[in-house]
Amino acid sequence: MNFKEKAKAIRRSTIETIGSLGVGHIGGSLSIVDVLVVLYYKHMNIDPANPKMPGRDRLIISKGHSGPALYAVLADKGYFDKSWLLTLNRPHTSLPSHCDMNLTPGVDMTTGSLGQGFSCAVGVAKASKIVKDHAIIYTIIGDGESQEGQIWEAGMFAGNAKLNNLIAFTDNNHAQIDGFTADINCVDPLSKKWKAFGWNVIEISDGNDPDQIDTAIIKAKTSRSKPTMIILNTIKGKGVSFIEKAGYANHNMPLSQDQVAMALKELE
Amino acid sequence: MMYETMEMRQVFANELDKAMAKNKRICLIDADLCKANGRASLDAKYPKRAFNVGVAEANMISIAAGMSSYGMIPFVATFTPFATRRVCDQIAISCLYAQQNVKIIGSDPGLTAEYNGGTHMSVEDIGVIRSIPNIVIFEPVDNTQLVKAFPQILKYVGTMYIRMFRKVPTPVFKDNYHFDMFSADIIETGKDVTIIASGIMVSAALEASKILKKANINAEIINAHTIKPIDINTILASVQKTKAVVTCENHNIIGGLYSAVAEALSANDPFPMEAIGIKDRFGQVGKLNFLLPEYEMTPEDIVKAVIKVLDRKR
Ligand SMILES: Cc1ncc(C[n+]2csc(CCOP(=O)(O)OP(=O)(O)O)c2C)c(N)n1
Ligand SMILES: [Mg+2]
Repeated sequence: MNFKEKAKAIRRSTIETIGSLGVGHIGGSLSIVDVLVVLYYKHMNIDPANPKMPGRDRLIISKGHSGPALYAVLADKGYFDKSWLLTLNRPHTSLPSHCDMNLTPGVDMTTGSLGQGFSCAVGVAKASKIVKDHAIIYTIIGDGESQEGQIWEAGMFAGNAKLNNLIAFTDNNHAQIDGFTADINCVDPLSKKWKAFGWNVIEISDGNDPDQIDTAIIKAKTSRSKPTMIILNTIKGKGVSFIEKAGYANHNMPLSQDQVAMALKELE
Repeated sequence: MMYETMEMRQVFANELDKAMAKNKRICLIDADLCKANGRASLDAKYPKRAFNVGVAEANMISIAAGMSSYGMIPFVATFTPFATRRVCDQIAISCLYAQQNVKIIGSDPGLTAEYNGGTHMSVEDIGVIRSIPNIVIFEPVDNTQLVKAFPQILKYVGTMYIRMFRKVPTPVFKDNYHFDMFSADIIETGKDVTIIASGIMVSAALEASKILKKANINAEIINAHTIKPIDINTILASVQKTKAVVTCENHNIIGGLYSAVAEALSANDPFPMEAIGIKDRFGQVGKLNFLLPEYEMTPEDIVKAVIKVLDRKR
């Protein structure tokens, strides 16, 4: 699998999805495309024809506003028809702004109220341990989201419960809605914090590099007694220069048809 | 002042700015939604008293309560679901039980969260906090009302929840309008039915009233801008005259305005009631022009409810 080409295709599809509506959570969607590609096209034990397959690996996107990137991947994997992508946020859609496990085949948890998805992932990992189905539970949190106390409540429990079947990612794109995370309420040093909470920590300098992500996941799977936090140093809006340049303003940004065309060209 | 074209968030930010300039004890705490609500300029202007705690709403509420115990007057602000159900215990204990003076601003109530969808649509915010003793719940209808309310919000000592529309509201009140936080407004007088509305549903009720007039039905339109404590005197006087009630709210009909009015009337003098509002369902993504018909909350739905309640009139 050529991860880089696949990531480009997923980014194009994400832009088309949000572009069809004209506005959306573009920054935080584009920053996680690479980790989604490595998970869905290599690591996850899943069956798009059987989205509820017992014992499958799961992914919970706790920063639930990044739904559009996941929808692009799920459509490409065949969970549903690609035409669905153009229904984002339209009346009676199956693809709402925020991830919804009851509306979208392949979505493993309903998220959007920040902090909760991460605790849900801990619960899923705990359940999988109890039934011994050897599933791996993946979850993605935001750096801004990491300001929620619930993240650290869940983190403390998962460390103590030795949930080595839990592999989490922090999309450390350094930005939230009101500004740069460092200026709003700094979450650093993330690695030291997660280590102190009993986690195995892998920090990746370029969190948009699929190969680095792949290596980190391979290593995380060997953890014998600890959950793993992979800190992805990413760029919010990664892949499209004018969106990257918008900085934190790309969190939920309007996209004109001209901008969509420009973005697609850059992603050719 | 031309309020017709202004977004309510901007009007709110302007009023708060004026108040903060005058009174150095007024503070503003945000939780990563100040840009979305036009308050970023206040952070720059009052760097000590206006600050952002990040995405940490529970923390925000209790920090505010602590500041209040020190004599400050903190305003806290986020979207309605995160200002209420997310932080229910902190509001109950740090704010109300501890008798503190915290002004909680929630924006984008009910269906008005539009594209943010079900997770962000508070159908239950009034319901979950209305049962906390002593809390005041105020839902401004338009910019004129919000501006007139502002001095009373500042003067009131105690915890108050302000449920605020974010965009440009339909103007309802004139400049000469007299506002009292604890009195409901009679916007139109009528003898056949009392329509009690709050928030964005007030303009819908006024539209319904126009349609009803054509059928020779004269509705009395009341704005219950303060849902707790509900102004039972104004409501009772109207209902004893019209003998039928329809409530209209942008909230679950369980726990909100319908409940508040039904509770108050049944303890005094009950009459047939019908409810317009979210009928015990969650929200979903969409624009208001799709959502309002979907949830049966249009002026035409109000008209139907009036006809139904008139049928039940004794
Ligand atoms: C509990 C809660 N509070 C507030 C919000 C509104 N909100 C949505 S995204 C966001 C910022 C998140 O920042 P981050 O986690 O860094 O996301 P990313 O940069 O990956 O988009 C906020 C405050 C929310 N969805 N949930
Ligand atoms: Mg971020």
